[in-house]
Amino acid sequence: MIPARLKFEHVACLRGERLLFEDMNFALGKGEAALLTGPNGAGKSSLMRIACGLLAASAGKIERDGGVAFAGEAAALDARLPLAGALLFWAKLDGVGRSEVVGALDAMGIANLAEVPVRMLSTGQRKRAALARVIAGRAAIWLLDEPGNGLDTAALDRLGTAMTAHRARGGIVMAATHQPLALPGAVEIPLGTVR
Amino acid sequence: MNLWGAIVLRDLRIAYQGGGAMLPLVFFLLVATLFPFAVGPDGPLLARVGGGALWMAALLAALLPVDRLIAPDAESGVLDQYAVRGLSDEGIATAKIAAHWLGFGPPLMIAAFPAAALLKLDGDVLTRLELGLAIGTPALAALGVMTSALTLGLRGAGALAGLVMLPLAVPLLIFGAGALGQDGMGALKLLAATALALIAMAPFAAGAAMQAGRD
Repeated sequence: MIPARLKFEHVACLRGERLLFEDMNFALGKGEAALLTGPNGAGKSSLMRIACGLLAASAGKIERDGGVAFAGEAAALDARLPLAGALLFWAKLDGVGRSEVVGALDAMGIANLAEVPVRMLSTGQRKRAALARVIAGRAAIWLLDEPGNGLDTAALDRLGTAMTAHRARGGIVMAATHQPLALPGAVEIPLGTVR
Repeated sequence: MNLWGAIVLRDLRIAYQGGGAMLPLVFFLLVATLFPFAVGPDGPLLARVGGGALWMAALLAALLPVDRLIAPDAESGVLDQYAVRGLSDEGIATAKIAAHWLGFGPPLMIAAFPAAALLKLDGDVLTRLELGLAIGTPALAALGVMTSALTLGLRGAGALAGLVMLPLAVPLLIFGAGALGQDGMGALKLLAATALALIAMAPFAAGAAMQAGRD
């Protein structure tokens, strides 16, 4: 797998008039993981979006080596398409093929839903599908915003397995979460300490 | 290139699946049908004003799908996913312009044939109308996508879109309708120049608006 690295140097985030965090420093290398924790509104999602490059940091520097896969609040899957077709569109953009999509559907336990239109899926199934998109994409850096939301225990186990496999391949996982996730040895980044 | 093709195809598919692509077409034909009722069955009069009426109809038809060009993708996180993959906003806007034009330009040009018959336009005028539409509709598509990006996330974006887009489309209307006359070549060239300027500007304006919308 390509070299994976995600590094924050003295990063600050100012949203509106509020300083969410400042002087944020961490570096993640091959196979490492980070867990963002903190109360609502502490800036977990903002930090995620900064890590993705969707939001510009107010100060500091972010270094990324390797492709990024992001699973946020929205699933970004076409409601009218069957699940496999919707995932295949992103697979094409990620430069992977049908076999990766099938493998990812299997990994999240939704292979039986492949032909079901996305709009028919439940919240939890949609969340699984969004995670399947991340798994299929083969990107080195996984940024998961509340990946456990709406997932049942079986799905959480599958997510844990997928994250472990990804780290074993040398990938990076960063997750923002309120619930315990299976990320052994993850660096914890607590937010919400700045006033 | 393959990648941008996939994005254009996706947008086209969504336009046709949602039935949104038919809307401008039906609107255009409806205007062509209603106009003779309003003006009266006076052949020469219809032939004289019909071309301009069709340009008006094309302009308003282009405005119809504006609120659905970008907003659904912004809401469902698709734009974020594009950005995460390192695709430029300008590129996305260009792909959307191409898809929007393919969805409404050629069908409109085909619909212009029955519309011209309804308004008693003769062959010469029809040729110049088709030529003008071929040049003008890509610019209308570019304006549509740009407006859609500029009004992204605003309440009542649909109504505002008209106010933003129509003034910018005035030159297209003037030169497009002007090109219908006997000595319309000059107007046609000006139409082409205006269209080029709009098409060159729109991806950057739309891209900047999309970027600002992410904050």
